[in-house]
Amino acid sequence: MSHPGRIVAGVLSPHPPHLIYASNPEQNEPRSSQAGAWNGLLDGYEKLRAELASVDYDVLIVHTPHWKTHTGHHFLGVPHFEGKSVDPVFPNLFRYNFRLDVDVELSEAIHDEAEAAGLSTRMMRNPEFRVDYGTITSCHLVHPALNKPVVAISSARTAFDYSNAAGDQEMLALGQATRRAIAATGRRALCLASNSLSHRHFTEEPEDPEDPAFEHAYNANQTAWDRHILALMRAGESRRIFDEMPDYTEQCVAETKDGCLSWLLAAMDFPTMAAKLHGYGTVIGTGNAVVSWNLDAAREEVGV
Amino acid sequence: MNGEVIGGYLMPYQPLPVLAPEANPGWASLAKSAEAIRAEIEASGADLLLLFSTRWVSIIGHQMQADPNPEWWVVDEDFHEFGTLHYSLRMDPELATCYRDTARARGLHARTVAYHGFPLDIGTITTLRLINPDNRIPASVVSCNAYSDRAETLVLGKAAADAVRKTGRKAIAIGVTALSDRMFSRWIDPGEDRIHSQKDDEWNRKLLELLDDGRLEDVSQLAREFSRQANGDSRMKAIWWLAATMGQHNNYAGTVFDYQPVWGTGAAMVGLQPDERDAGDLEYDEDDAEFFHGDRNVLATQANE
Ligand SMILES: [Fe+2]
Repeated sequence: MSHPGRIVAGVLSPHPPHLIYASNPEQNEPRSSQAGAWNGLLDGYEKLRAELASVDYDVLIVHTPHWKTHTGHHFLGVPHFEGKSVDPVFPNLFRYNFRLDVDVELSEAIHDEAEAAGLSTRMMRNPEFRVDYGTITSCHLVHPALNKPVVAISSARTAFDYSNAAGDQEMLALGQATRRAIAATGRRALCLASNSLSHRHFTEEPEDPEDPAFEHAYNANQTAWDRHILALMRAGESRRIFDEMPDYTEQCVAETKDGCLSWLLAAMDFPTMAAKLHGYGTVIGTGNAVVSWNLDAAREEVGV
Repeated sequence: MNGEVIGGYLMPYQPLPVLAPEANPGWASLAKSAEAIRAEIEASGADLLLLFSTRWVSIIGHQMQADPNPEWWVVDEDFHEFGTLHYSLRMDPELATCYRDTARARGLHARTVAYHGFPLDIGTITTLRLINPDNRIPASVVSCNAYSDRAETLVLGKAAADAVRKTGRKAIAIGVTALSDRMFSRWIDPGEDRIHSQKDDEWNRKLLELLDDGRLEDVSQLAREFSRQANGDSRMKAIWWLAATMGQHNNYAGTVFDYQPVWGTGAAMVGLQPDERDAGDLEYDEDDAEFFHGDRNVLATQANE
């Protein structure tokens, strides 16, 4: 492979804590019934992990909707975190004891590139900071061993404070900065966009949260939009997804508002390869897809 | 038992007045003003601080904190370099449980939460640190549902009043909220903090003028317009909740204890005491509701018919 520093693959890896809950890992306190409401997504993650087993990478870079920063883009800048993460929204499902190593050098490199590009940025140096559950969940589901370092990037609130389009333009610059920093530091990076797709939740939960009889899309609008975006992914039309993103976010109440997917597409420089859809399913009404762009495999195919 | 809500306050959610009062005279002023509120509450004989915090966002209905002694620490997502807030709080689980039941009786989806390590929100922690630092008075806090609109929030407020009556508490209701909620999206020198725009500032002052007159229901009626104009915090659900909890009228004596910018947002501390005097004509343009009938998911409803 002639590019030492590169994104080896990009992944849309949504973070409903329900998926951790449903798999009953030892790190999580609550126990699920495994009644099966989210099996489609769990299978999707399993297929993703099988694919990634043959991909070499040094670091996971995750852009997370659940570290919400109004003062620009923030980056974890402490080498090691451990503690207990309790989801404030679904505390009945997610109380997870985590340990996480951070690639601070890469984190700083992305920060510096982003700052040089004119973005508002901040390094997070407080060792008592509680790493958000989006980061933890996506990393766990993609790489349960969690024995590789992580870079976590916060979700700047530009789309919320100004407009979806303004938010996406910042994610474009942030993605490009991420790409440059990865190349400069020689890392083989796996990039994770941690968002769901359609994101209107039901506001009630059944007695057994995992009851499959309860789980379905919030309404048909949400599903139609998600299918449209997934079709574009599989057709390799990532530039068009980016162009349609502000409308999609608005009309589908999509979690893409938090910028993760826009950042990922920009970091991968808008790949034209067909993305692989590993699974799609709803979680408490929201649409979630596990999708990969195996850039290394594509490079191998064309002999780069 | 016949408990009652004996007064109410609005408190800002931003932690900077606690974390770094020395960095800005306005932030220091807020911390100082909170001392007067604290004294007033102590003199009132209240035995419950009943909070609604816009910083505790929920998806599944409404959550009531029922851990008698939540202990942990919080590092603000933005202001991590200003340090860590450690907390050990005294909550009123009996009230929380009753509140859950009164909310359910009004059709709301509600549940109590009590989990070791649960991340209490920054607004609750900051407010209780400022006005109840020694845990003299037990507190209770309810979440702010991301999807709830005015009607649902009013019902939640009425359920709070039901719970206060049933448990016989003498309660102070507290809405933890910013007024205009536009933060500077860049890092600023704390010394140069100001309200994000003149328009936000003018709207904040208009609202405070009404609150100073004790016209809480008028402000509740105005909340939608204020949110549109000044990016009101969480569509000003805290105002809707407070007005409903306190009885939906204008007969209060209002006191604006302070109003300062915190990172561009409008941070106000306001007190409202029930008052006999008639504050004049009411204009009720907004909806009211006693019972919640569920999400208005029209598209799905039609599909199922
Ligand atoms: Fe999320």
